[in-house]
Amino acid sequence: MTATPPPGEPLIALRGVTKTYGQGQAAFQALRGVDLSIEAGEFVAIMGPSGSGKSTTMNIMGCLDVPSGGSYLFRNIPVERLDRNQRALLRRHYLGFVFQGFNLLARTSAQENVELPLLYRGESAASRHALAREALASVGLAGVGHHTPAELSGGQQQRVAIARAIVTRPAVLLADEPTGNLDTHTSREIMELLTGLNRDRGITVLMVTHEPEMAAYAHRVIHFRDGRVASDERNGGTG
Amino acid sequence: MLWNTLLLALRSIRRNLMRSFLTILGIVIGVAAVITMVTLGNGATQAIADQVASLGSNLLIVRPGQRLGPGSDTAGAPNFRLADAEAIAEQISAVQAVAPTVSRGVTVVYGARNWSTPITGSTNAWFQTGKWTLASGRPFNEAEERGGKAVCVIGETVRRELFGEQSPVGQNLRVKNFSCEVIGLLVSKGQSAFGSDQDDVVVMPLRTVQRRLTGTQDITGLRISVREGASIDQAKKQVVLLLRERRGITPNEDDNFSVLDTRQITETLSGTTRVMTTLLGAVAAVSLLVGGIGIMNIMLVSVTERTREIGIRLAIGALEREVLLQFLIEAVVLSSLGGLVGILLATGASIGLAQLMKVPYIFNLGINLLAFLFSAAIGVIFGFFPARRAARLDPIEALRHE
Repeated sequence: MTATPPPGEPLIALRGVTKTYGQGQAAFQALRGVDLSIEAGEFVAIMGPSGSGKSTTMNIMGCLDVPSGGSYLFRNIPVERLDRNQRALLRRHYLGFVFQGFNLLARTSAQENVELPLLYRGESAASRHALAREALASVGLAGVGHHTPAELSGGQQQRVAIARAIVTRPAVLLADEPTGNLDTHTSREIMELLTGLNRDRGITVLMVTHEPEMAAYAHRVIHFRDGRVASDERNGGTG
Repeated sequence: MLWNTLLLALRSIRRNLMRSFLTILGIVIGVAAVITMVTLGNGATQAIADQVASLGSNLLIVRPGQRLGPGSDTAGAPNFRLADAEAIAEQISAVQAVAPTVSRGVTVVYGARNWSTPITGSTNAWFQTGKWTLASGRPFNEAEERGGKAVCVIGETVRRELFGEQSPVGQNLRVKNFSCEVIGLLVSKGQSAFGSDQDDVVVMPLRTVQRRLTGTQDITGLRISVREGASIDQAKKQVVLLLRERRGITPNEDDNFSVLDTRQITETLSGTTRVMTTLLGAVAAVSLLVGGIGIMNIMLVSVTERTREIGIRLAIGALEREVLLQFLIEAVVLSSLGGLVGILLATGASIGLAQLMKVPYIFNLGINLLAFLFSAAIGVIFGFFPARRAARLDPIEALRHE
């Protein structure tokens, strides 16, 4: 579980990954053979029309789903061979998630939302408080910990969600259209935040987005089409 | 982790206070009903035991005929004679005292007041066998017993009804066509195990009743007290043998009289009470089950409502068993809370009802503990299915849930 990839091996490697939903006539092939390698410390944007397979790929890379065929190596661990609970442990220890709809627990304070992943890691109450406060401060939300999501703006909610994702110091941050529900100005702020986390903490960021402007923040942009990687380009990155 | 889950459950319950209250109401009522029924049942059994003990634990009651109680068949069976009582007293060493009795319901009059009461004719042995003591006055003397004098000892109820605040000893009652002097007053015994008022009694010498009221030499019952330390069963056997002989019953005939001992009465009565307690308790237990189904229902609703929350927890890395535990603990906390409230309610109801029913309130730790554990177990049993449903959700689906 704690196996680190040998030098030269990528952090994330998809080898001929296919994914089929349903069976027989109704079967739908979401992925038709995806090969992809992502090194530690990269900032990758994934784009493509809906149904192109980008969300499925994100779910597989996030260890929420397993490929139907091919292999997914995360830190050299073949994830397709793991059961639900083993994948849950991978998520717990190495992955952080940010969603389009924020997905914070309602009627629960920002502080407690951020503490949630620490709870499952068995941190003590004192350490949870300290780490969560620190994480909130690092996303620019020092002092709003006692507010519930309903009392916060969309941008603030997404910052809380990012704090929750990074409080466990994950290797990879998976962001599924993190700016999809936000206005342009707030979106830029969120992107600056993600860029900073990638640059300063070395967190690998994988982000699905529809907006080219947001994708421009990434070092690498991968386009999906019809269940395959259509293009994989590096850009200079504006962060 | 467990402590945090507990806090989480409490918070979730507090958030839906009204719903949580309605959910546990079934458990509350079930637990309260079970405990109240059992507690009152125990109290009633204890009350019966106490009252029978007040009759004396070493008492044999002999009656003509075979059966006791309503529909008793004494028609064919001959009554006893005074000689039977004397023979028992003389020939059976285990016997301490024998009181022959004959009774007749009459109206007694004092001044402008009258009262219908059974008059018992007996000897001074009657006081001894029934464990009666005199509050004032004296028992019969020999001359009164032998001569069938018109004297009587009365019970507390009769005193209250006829004399009010006045002291009865030395006053004269009118019974039918004769006047009768009150020479003693009995100490109150209260209600009997059969529900009759033991203090509603007038006792006269046997001969007085035979001569002036019944007009026969018959005796309709014998009350026999057995010596301390002697075997009641043994004494009972000897009484039966002697009476069979004196009444000329051949070996292949059944007894035409019955001998009851107080232990038998206790057993019969508390047996009945126990059956009632069990039945009522069982009915109450059904309501506990219904309460459990209520909890399952609300937990299923809760799991559906919180699908997205479950999705978040799973995505963050919660294990199946952690999510299972969270919902299970919530169900158990709900049902145990119901159990606690039920116990409080039952304690109040039991104390109140015990007073109303005039039975002692006996706190029964066992049934309280059992009811509480049972309510917690109901949480586990009925919470498991919804909790497992939550734990097995697909995180991707759950996160998409609106």
